[in-house]
Amino acid sequence: MAIFKKGSAAPSNADTTANAAATPDKQQPWKELGLKEDEYARIREILGRRPTSAELAMYSVMWSEHCSYKSSKIYLRQFGEKVTPEMQKHLMVGMGENAGVVDIGEGWAVTFKVESHNHPSYIEPFQGAATGVGGIVRDILTMGARPIAVMDQLRFGDVSNPDTARVVHGVVSGISFYGNCLGLPNIGGETVFDKVYQGNPLVNALSVGALRHEDLKLAKASNPGDQVILFGARTGADGIGGVSVLASETFDADGPSRRPAVQVGDPFAEKVLIECCLELYAADVVAGIQDLGGAGLSCATSELASNGQAGMRVQLRNVLLRDESLTPEEILMSESQERMMAIVPKRDVAAFKKIVDKWEVEYSVLGEVIREPRLYINWGEEEIVNVPPRTVAHDGPVYERPVAYPAWIDALNADSSSRLARATDAAALAEQIIEVVSSPNQASKDWITNQYDHYVGGNTALAMPDDGGMVRVSEETGLGIAIATDANGRYGQLDPYAGAQLALAEAYRNVAVTGATPMAVTNCLNFGSPENPEVMWQFKQATAGLADGCLALGIPVTGGNVSFYNQTGDVAIHPTPVVGVLGVIDDVARRIPSGWQDEGHNLYLLGTTRDELDGSVWAGVIHDHLGGKPPVVDLAFEMQLAQALNAASEQGLLASAHDLSEGGLAQALVEGVLRFGVGARVWLDEIKQVGNVDDTAALFSESTGRVLVSVGREDDVKFVGLCEARGIPVLRIGVTDGSADTAHLEIQGLASWTIDSLRSSHKATLPALFG
Amino acid sequence: MPKIIFEVMPKADLLDPAGKAVNNALHRNGHNDISNVRIGKRIELHFDRAVTDADMAAAQKIGEDFLSNAVIEDVVSVTVEN
Amino acid sequence: MRIGVVTFPGTLDDRDAQRAVRIAGGEAVALWHADADLHKVDAVVLPGGFSFGDYLRCGAIAAQAPVMESIIKAANGGLPVLGICNGFQVLVESHLLPGGLIRNDVQTFVCRDQKLVVENVDTPWTNEFALGQEITIPLKNGEGGYIADAETLKRLEGEGLVAFRYKDFNPNGSLNDIAGLRNERGNVVGLMPHPEHAVEAGFGPDTSVAMRSGVDGLGFFKSVLNSVVNA
Repeated sequence: MAIFKKGSAAPSNADTTANAAATPDKQQPWKELGLKEDEYARIREILGRRPTSAELAMYSVMWSEHCSYKSSKIYLRQFGEKVTPEMQKHLMVGMGENAGVVDIGEGWAVTFKVESHNHPSYIEPFQGAATGVGGIVRDILTMGARPIAVMDQLRFGDVSNPDTARVVHGVVSGISFYGNCLGLPNIGGETVFDKVYQGNPLVNALSVGALRHEDLKLAKASNPGDQVILFGARTGADGIGGVSVLASETFDADGPSRRPAVQVGDPFAEKVLIECCLELYAADVVAGIQDLGGAGLSCATSELASNGQAGMRVQLRNVLLRDESLTPEEILMSESQERMMAIVPKRDVAAFKKIVDKWEVEYSVLGEVIREPRLYINWGEEEIVNVPPRTVAHDGPVYERPVAYPAWIDALNADSSSRLARATDAAALAEQIIEVVSSPNQASKDWITNQYDHYVGGNTALAMPDDGGMVRVSEETGLGIAIATDANGRYGQLDPYAGAQLALAEAYRNVAVTGATPMAVTNCLNFGSPENPEVMWQFKQATAGLADGCLALGIPVTGGNVSFYNQTGDVAIHPTPVVGVLGVIDDVARRIPSGWQDEGHNLYLLGTTRDELDGSVWAGVIHDHLGGKPPVVDLAFEMQLAQALNAASEQGLLASAHDLSEGGLAQALVEGVLRFGVGARVWLDEIKQVGNVDDTAALFSESTGRVLVSVGREDDVKFVGLCEARGIPVLRIGVTDGSADTAHLEIQGLASWTIDSLRSSHKATLPALFG
Repeated sequence: MPKIIFEVMPKADLLDPAGKAVNNALHRNGHNDISNVRIGKRIELHFDRAVTDADMAAAQKIGEDFLSNAVIEDVVSVTVEN
Repeated sequence: MRIGVVTFPGTLDDRDAQRAVRIAGGEAVALWHADADLHKVDAVVLPGGFSFGDYLRCGAIAAQAPVMESIIKAANGGLPVLGICNGFQVLVESHLLPGGLIRNDVQTFVCRDQKLVVENVDTPWTNEFALGQEITIPLKNGEGGYIADAETLKRLEGEGLVAFRYKDFNPNGSLNDIAGLRNERGNVVGLMPHPEHAVEAGFGPDTSVAMRSGVDGLGFFKSVLNSVVNA
């Protein structure tokens, strides 16, 4: 029996509630729609009869993994439980809403979130990535904020596999196309190539918005009589079945098993929608608002009603269609982009209409809010949906999936990098440095990021290649925010608990080196199939690591996203929890660049270098090795370090600050000289002595809690004093030296390179592969 | 449904970067006998009734003044489908 | 000094252009595409973005807007008009400037800090610069390739109507490295790069002095305020 009948939707074909009550034994395609037998039984129990086709469609989509978080809920709870009142001090809206909202002072608030659009980006990279950007921006807009920036975190397969280029080109142009057309500066992100992502690329998109406290909007419908208005693009066949079918099932080893309609985005429509919504908010004519993303109308109606503890009466025939042949079920499941649902008090409807007309945005009144907590949807005169909204939107299934300690992990952890051969002569070490900094993951990402607008808005204070993006929020005072995102799948594979904490520590440190104070966290948890107990173990570990880490650092998780089923056949991706940290700075004029521009400054390395090469870029690039245990993370020290950096920045002591991470000191030094083309002369002796490490470890160790800073001669004493007083190990390791024609990076006793040659090695890789 | 159909092509002597890119891609895929590619647009105007001579006369002007930019494009055909 | 800044649906850099006007010392007046009234402004800026989604051709639909009818008329009467990026595309579609703008030869969107040479200082938008001055202005576009037939190019070069030329690097394949033009009268100037993104220290291009300290774009806005005062 066809699930979706094409052709004219004559009233007599609709499966009404009356019909459902009268035909309890009718066979329904609950399995094809992705529901389990017990879930179908539960729906029947909730309704006291079999569901209608439309109700079945709604439940199947809303109870899918992507929408209901059924496999992850029990673990995500930790983010709300492992918090102190101190951590929640600045939190205006926590998890569970479209995006978290943080008070940043001066009456300003900031909302931010990161989300995934992984599976669609493998099927149709351009539209998958484009609509990923569109979706997260709408989430920000829905909170009452003007979106002010975007970032993206991308993971692709091996560079030598021809399919990788297909995905890379599509994804990068999709993000460029959509983000640029919206007028949002792209201020940072990351790109990683690893064969584990070959059939499962990861496309995570982050957006941040700013709003005045009083402009905060929530997605709830609470007042009976308020009108329910759908506005924006017309509804078509986009992504029908996309959510439950695509994200909740993995791909076969031979390729995608189904190709449903992917969503197609129109960024111009969304730009117009942004300006239109901001005017609606300013006019205060909207009581509640929700954007339509995954699960489209099913989600918007049920969530608005459920959040408001009220109900809704909806006339589905009023939905403006792009395709008149859509059936009611298809209309409910459509994921056509650039649509919003507003709850508008009757007295404000005329003003609402005036504003949407000005922007030539289409709209239709679908119905109204009612007191009874019930969602009634009619197709003409026939009732096709009659459900308690809470059961659709919030009381979905909660699984406690089996968890199993991986059989392979002990052997992996025992296989330390210490058995790998290390170079001892200068020439070989120098060659390894070039190999590392020119490897695809460590090379310059300019080829990608030059396709993004960084300037629009005129408020970008920091963007790539600096460690975090920074945007000014208040033109009057310079108040601004900084954001950094990080994840390391290799560390995650070795130890998911530590891997999550390492990602958090790195993002936290990346915010601190900009001069901002870290305040809040968002996350996008990319994992394999939850039906695989070993993956569930990884997920359990990672969420615990992240929750414990946030508690230790005193910054709360404000929201995020889970993407499961990132696997092809039996092979899951590495656990890749992307962690985003938001920080605040009182005046963006104080921001710190990641590289030095002045000659004759001293270079200091803060923190302690240990021999920690397991899971490192060196191990991967030089030896194609992954094994051992990731670097130790010391969150208490990261806090101390961040506070020291903040104090130093406030006193104007730091000319530049760059955190050390993948690629270790070698990477940081090369990036430091390339940032403005000013050279440096450094020595490794003290690092080796103090840490009792060899050259390889000094250059490539990925020990945490380390920052490379440049300080003017006149500030030396004060700066070193500040570090020592705060218990921050500080070593002078070099001086900045030479610019333009004579600039070199010299590592004493090892090698010397001209800036030009370093630049060619670092910048040539991606254009050669993908240009 | 009655339609007036326009074909708009970039002017012959001007650069067509999209055509060039497609040409190169075809050559990379082994179609070396294709000597050039040019990419234009097909624009359809739909009517609820039959197309008249007056419509066609108006269409000429619409094609030249709005649907194409005479500096960089030529309207190479205007046809009716009734 | 009232400088109008037009907003079409899809315009992106209008608020930045308004800020640039304010920083230069003028009063920015927001002009709506559907309103033919120019509200007595002394000059007009057509900012960057993707007006009407770049549908049909970049700037093609915007050129038909009610406000453009008034602007074309006023420009023919001598009103200073500056078209930036999409604004340049609108000027070309409105036939206030000759030639056309097509997709970048590199086929991708390009965002970079671009060196330009100022080749004409006899306009209300460039009188603050010195002839031959090198400036650095952010460039960010996907359809910035300037084209014109041989005859037009000859005339432009011959009559000194090229206002800006790309230096060191041509980012989009523009013929003769043309980055911007002026009309015969000099009151209408169009260019692909974005001066409004180089007006405030801390948010412009990097310079050898400090990160993001470039403010070469301010010259455009100071120029027009000079010429309005002296008009």
